Amino acid sequence: MGFKTPLYDTHVAAGARMVDFGGWDMPVNYGSQIEEHHAVRRDAGMFDVSHMLIADVTGARVRDYLRYLLANDVAKLKDSGKALYSCMLNEQGGVVDDLIVYFINESWFRVVVNAGTRDKDIAWLKRFSDKFGVDIKPRTDLAMIAVQGPNARAKAATLIGKHADEALQLKTFVGRELGQYFIARTGYTGEDGWEVMLPVGEAPKFWSDLKAAGVAECGLGARDTLRLEAGMNLYGNDMDENQSPLESGLTWTVAFDPPERDFVGRAALDAQRAAGVKRKLVGLILDERGVLRGHQRVVTAAGDGELTSGTFSPTMEKSIGFARVPVATGDRVEVDIRGKLLSARVVKFPFVRNGKPLVS
Amino acid sequence: MSNIPADLKYLDSHEWARVESDGTVTIGISDHAQGALGDLVFVEVPEVGKSLSKGGAAAVVESVKAASDVYSPLSGEVIAANDALSGSPELVNSDPYGAGWLFKIKPSNNGELQQLLDAKAYEKVVADAAH
Repeated sequence: MGFKTPLYDTHVAAGARMVDFGGWDMPVNYGSQIEEHHAVRRDAGMFDVSHMLIADVTGARVRDYLRYLLANDVAKLKDSGKALYSCMLNEQGGVVDDLIVYFINESWFRVVVNAGTRDKDIAWLKRFSDKFGVDIKPRTDLAMIAVQGPNARAKAATLIGKHADEALQLKTFVGRELGQYFIARTGYTGEDGWEVMLPVGEAPKFWSDLKAAGVAECGLGARDTLRLEAGMNLYGNDMDENQSPLESGLTWTVAFDPPERDFVGRAALDAQRAAGVKRKLVGLILDERGVLRGHQRVVTAAGDGELTSGTFSPTMEKSIGFARVPVATGDRVEVDIRGKLLSARVVKFPFVRNGKPLVS
Repeated sequence: MSNIPADLKYLDSHEWARVESDGTVTIGISDHAQGALGDLVFVEVPEVGKSLSKGGAAAVVESVKAASDVYSPLSGEVIAANDALSGSPELVNSDPYGAGWLFKIKPSNNGELQQLLDAKAYEKVVADAAH
């Protein structure tokens, strides 16, 4: 038996198919995964993401601490509530985890990290915290529900009373504490929406109220197809401690400027850049019949690569994937699917954004 | 609760086999299997004329989540494959014992039929898998 979120009983009562995910018993779907996917692209869906770890990082030097710990630069965060996506690297430049950090005030930042890496992440955060005199406090008293889709904010706003107007005015990638909620206009689907943090005891009622407001229950299955279409990496699949962000489609998340800022892993990334990055992460579309999956071999004129993630895209009705390939790879590759080499196209991320395919 | 028709034979790997009046055998995957896989998006059926051995990989069903091999319950030659599944793989989800059949074989060893599970035994396999 794995860990359970505060919504476990709610999922079981709704008939969800439960699976193990990073040590947690989580709903993979409540019926049709494809219908859940379409609900998010076309209307509104919700995900229990309470298995992810929320931690508050506090102290007078918290900004300096995070500027040293993260590959992206929290100096970019100037307005209260603004969020930043970043990798946390080891000294070799490998990715310890990816996370979102919110700037709340000069002595309080909040990070949200992956479920499967929470113990490792806490240890990593604490490894450097004494030096900067910051305190790391896991917020296991909070649950988190992602409400995503073109109509998600409007439907969820009906449930938060007097805070609705303020919540609806939140700009993209901004979060704010509003009464008992912390509401952020963030997500992992390529659609508009919120991620709502709230007290554990309030979560079952909020979930059932969202359902009554017409928000579809969605499982981790749809979460995976949505994030793949949105071109968003999944830690452990698309990058881990053995790859740098430069080989993982995440160069945009590394702040090399200003050059005098030192951060964990910087020396390794500088060396990798100087020597020339050898591999890159690309999007693939399979034009033939079949389904791309993680670990399939990719054959290119520049050498072999490997699928890191793959699925059937319900929006595009064909298979898509992410592959790590030699940097010289052109716009066509072949993928070894059960011994047959099938032709695939190399495309830019994302595949789908705001309900619309960006590549055909 | 998944549907397990009493007149079919089963493998513990969740395939079903139906002996037709002409002695040929139709093969598919069980209601439990389609439910566990979730929405099917791709089905690869064997070519007509191919010779299969009992327990050998014969077809592939892929859901959004994963790919699974389908094993032949019996040895024999493939005499038909369900081509409708190339355009409508979801038939396996909606009608696993009917329109969602995968292939038909002409069995080469009728003795193998006796080794398959009856509905009651398969029901136990499914119940045990749930725990």
